[in-house]
Amino acid sequence: MTMLIAVGLVTALFLVGMLGAAAGLQWVFGVALPYLAVGMFVIGLAARVLRWANVPVPFRIPTTCGQQRSLAWIRPQRLENPPDTPSVIGRMALEILGFRSLLRNTKTVMIDGRRLTYATDLALWAGAIVMHWAMLIALIRHLRLMTNPVPGFVTLVERFDGFFEVGMPVIYLTSVAFLGALAYLLYRRLAIPEVRYISLVGDYFPLFLLLAIGGSGFWLRHVTTTDIASVKALVLGLTHFAPTVPASISPLFFGHLFLVSVLLAYFPFSKLLHMPGVFLSPTRNLANTTRISRHVNPWDYPVKVHTYAEYEDELRDKMIGAGLPVEKD
Amino acid sequence: MRDRTGIILGLGAFLLILAYPVWQALGSTADPARPALQRSVDPSGCVEDTTYMVARHQDLLNTWRTDVVRDGRRFYPATSGKEYEMSLTGTCMGCHTDSQAFCERCHAYADVTITCWSCHVAPEGL
Repeated sequence: MTMLIAVGLVTALFLVGMLGAAAGLQWVFGVALPYLAVGMFVIGLAARVLRWANVPVPFRIPTTCGQQRSLAWIRPQRLENPPDTPSVIGRMALEILGFRSLLRNTKTVMIDGRRLTYATDLALWAGAIVMHWAMLIALIRHLRLMTNPVPGFVTLVERFDGFFEVGMPVIYLTSVAFLGALAYLLYRRLAIPEVRYISLVGDYFPLFLLLAIGGSGFWLRHVTTTDIASVKALVLGLTHFAPTVPASISPLFFGHLFLVSVLLAYFPFSKLLHMPGVFLSPTRNLANTTRISRHVNPWDYPVKVHTYAEYEDELRDKMIGAGLPVEKD
Repeated sequence: MRDRTGIILGLGAFLLILAYPVWQALGSTADPARPALQRSVDPSGCVEDTTYMVARHQDLLNTWRTDVVRDGRRFYPATSGKEYEMSLTGTCMGCHTDSQAFCERCHAYADVTITCWSCHVAPEGL
């Protein structure tokens, strides 16, 4: 049911964009809403990150899963239990670029129908890393429609991505990888009962939204092509703050663009915030220095204490008189 | 606080990278408008109408290639009812005689590489 709601929402949004533009609202779907969506994305994201930046983190709470640095003859696991900033940078880089913690994903299997064991399951990691990197490369490729003249690295990425020169226009490897990985991630969400049980509309919606964006993009490039030069003129109008709406753009493109606008606007209010969030996870980005240095909570209530030294100072004569041992004579 | 400064700097760097198309546009002198079509002859003689040709010429050429090379069909029944010989050199380049003026400007604008001339001889200007 939750899945059907998400499918319905994405389909309806695509149709709104497409039919709206077909009905003559190109200016709304091509100029006003993209500007609004980018504004919502930037302001919403900045507000979220600044809110997180104001959360105090008085103590070191990294999740550790390896030997802490201790005696010289015990080998420390610097990535699993980072003792200093360089190790943290290494840990974070592998996390952000390589999704290292997803490698710990396990599956439960029964051997011979009797023995329960846990095995490594790399499928989630593979699906996630292919999807994310393909999306980044697809974003870089789209710069050819947002920049004039097109910088060399964009053309270079396009060349590599279309290396096999299959089809006309050339089918990009990342288009296929992106859609394939998304399809797998959706399949996984539906096929594993535990994952399906905890899946909400907020989990299905971004999946279907990305599938629809990728699918409509693929369709626009390979099936029903539109006048790409006019599309670029529209986009450059936006970046030059001199918007124009060329007449010869297919409504399908406005459906694609509207879904992208929805994605940008939805971003700061959704699970997609893991993008800035992964950088700010205190269980990942802190060095484990809980023993190396003393961390004092800055807003501790000032408790009145009476130390043993003070107690002995007060009662030393009486203690000596009673024959009790004292630390200072 | 030390962390807050770092976070704000990181956020600023991200937004700056994100805004790359905008600041490239601010510094660029290139005309953002689509290059106008440069035609030497009246477009009414073309195999299909201009709107279709602008958006779908690559599909058309691709279909022509398949029809001629693989299926041996040499004539294209146009929407108008007329028949045209399916030939890039014979039909298309009969009117579009300058690839630099007619093809290259839009293709450079949209950063699309033309692969026609790796087999066919380009009309003058390449």
